[in-house]
Amino acid sequence: MPEKTIEPIIRIEGVSKFFGKKPAVDNVSLDIGRGEFFALVGPSGCGKTTLLRMLAGFATPDEGRILIDGRDMTGVGANDRSVNMLFQSYAVFPHMNVEENVAYGLKIARKSRDEIISRTEEALKLVKLAGYEKKNPDELSGGQRQRVALARALVMRPAVLLLDEPLSALDAKLREAMQLEMVHLQKTVGITFLIVTHDQSEALSMANRIAVMHEGTVRQVAKPGELYEFPNSRFVANFIGKINMFEGMAFSTPHQNRIRVNVENIGDIELDGTAQGAVTLAVRPEKIQISHTPMDQDGLINVRGKIIDIAYYGGYSNVFIDVGAAQPLMADITNADHNGMPGVAPGDMVCCTWRSVDSLLLTS
Amino acid sequence: MFRRKPLGPLDYHRRFPLQFILIFTLIFIYLPIITLVAFSFNDSKRNIVWHGFTLKYYKKAFANAELMLAFGNSLSIALVSALVSVILGAMTAYLLWRFKFRGHSAFEGAMAMPIVIPEICMGVAMMAFIARVGWPQDLPWPLNLGAITIAHIAFCFPFAAIVIRARLESFNRQLAEAASDLGANEFQMFRDIVVPHMKPGIVAGALLAFTLSLDDFVITFFTSGPNSITFPVKIYSMVRFSVTPEVNAASTILIFLTVVLTAIALRIQNRHQMLEV
Repeated sequence: MPEKTIEPIIRIEGVSKFFGKKPAVDNVSLDIGRGEFFALVGPSGCGKTTLLRMLAGFATPDEGRILIDGRDMTGVGANDRSVNMLFQSYAVFPHMNVEENVAYGLKIARKSRDEIISRTEEALKLVKLAGYEKKNPDELSGGQRQRVALARALVMRPAVLLLDEPLSALDAKLREAMQLEMVHLQKTVGITFLIVTHDQSEALSMANRIAVMHEGTVRQVAKPGELYEFPNSRFVANFIGKINMFEGMAFSTPHQNRIRVNVENIGDIELDGTAQGAVTLAVRPEKIQISHTPMDQDGLINVRGKIIDIAYYGGYSNVFIDVGAAQPLMADITNADHNGMPGVAPGDMVCCTWRSVDSLLLTS
Repeated sequence: MFRRKPLGPLDYHRRFPLQFILIFTLIFIYLPIITLVAFSFNDSKRNIVWHGFTLKYYKKAFANAELMLAFGNSLSIALVSALVSVILGAMTAYLLWRFKFRGHSAFEGAMAMPIVIPEICMGVAMMAFIARVGWPQDLPWPLNLGAITIAHIAFCFPFAAIVIRARLESFNRQLAEAASDLGANEFQMFRDIVVPHMKPGIVAGALLAFTLSLDDFVITFFTSGPNSITFPVKIYSMVRFSVTPEVNAASTILIFLTVVLTAIALRIQNRHQMLEV
């Protein structure tokens, strides 16, 4: 069935949800492909959780419709949908042991005894909880409880697994390990994963494709690399990773597709582009080189300034340089050897250099 | 060398005036009860001087047919009231917890009315109600207890409802969502997830209703007829003639029963709290 393969597993068509007069989700349309690891990110209150709950069936859209696996979900209850959810609180049933928790959905679905036993065993093996069958949830750590919840959802073989801030309660080390494990797990089972998170780095490291949400609308949908390198707006650029932004005015030049941007307190910079009027010049901190002598070369942007602060993070340092703009310029330096970067200290006058092709012009 | 441990901020019981108050409070609360129990074993017709240990008043109490009938009545009423109260209470609590509807808080307030209304008013109201509907007086046992049982359910079920409602407050709603996400319908979710969580509340509510019904005097006094005497009412009528150790013995049995049931209720509740995740 060639048509089936291109058909998205989830199709969100103009969905809105109002809380009072204010839209929590505002006319969102989104397609999620079969087998994708898709992330919905945004600050708290952006509507991502509401959207997820509408997919799970815990909330109903006020406008628009949702199709899962080609089936219209309007009027279909949460218990009748081919999606399963991993809850933020894990929601492991406290009065059932691990095995009973995982088997619950299959029992409700009236599967045969043999099938329940074999699928439960398989699911527990998948999340590395074999041998924990008879444990009660209160004997498990937070990470193990999450695995129980994961097995309980995966055992249902859903079309889509919805993950609601799954890693937010774990400590940093465990979170990183779980991120990797989730990615491997998703590849193994081949089920579409849809994760909701406020942590942009989590989304970048796990997902194949990311939708950034803000105030109920989707601002950009892109692959992680594309999203980071080519954000389409000030909001996305700011939300995903760190970025330096400078306000400026763009003017045309005699050359086609070449503009001159006059940036606040920095000066004129020539760039490829067609934008006119008020623009924002943006550049990621790791694209900036710091040196004591300016590098005069075609295609480089040089800005001089005084180091006002250095934030040390071990592997790298964040250097804040006063270049005369409203915000200090932020540059990353890698602490590649034991001595860090010699000769850089607060108070130094330095030259910040980046390739003009590495900077972005944002108009919205 | 002996050194006193320094006082912690909450070590009130180790500060002198508070210690004093504590001891006196305990004496005031428990001395009358201890005296009552002790004198039930007193080998004397009067309850004033200790004459020696005996169990004969217990024998006498158990041999007292009227007293035993009253005791049986009380147990039957308490059992039925507790059962009905806890079912009604659980349903009310679940309704209030699960659904939002117009007049939600008004309904909740109205439900709790029997708790705040003075018992004497409840008693009079119940008596008037029973008389107004013309409840038959001369029914055979146990139907003659119907009026009292109805009155008891009316004032016991709000207690059960409040206990169960409090228990439901600690329920993680994501558990219910998880169940329906896994395919459970509303009833399966209620049966498999919510009821197990409510269980300690149900047990506590039932035992609370049972003990409340068992030792209720005021409301029962107004609703009982000559053929439907309960244990507290019977003791009251015995005391009107004279306070004999037989009354003490009967009261001791009641105290014992109440304490045991309360202890069971607390135990069940604690065990469930330890299982919480």
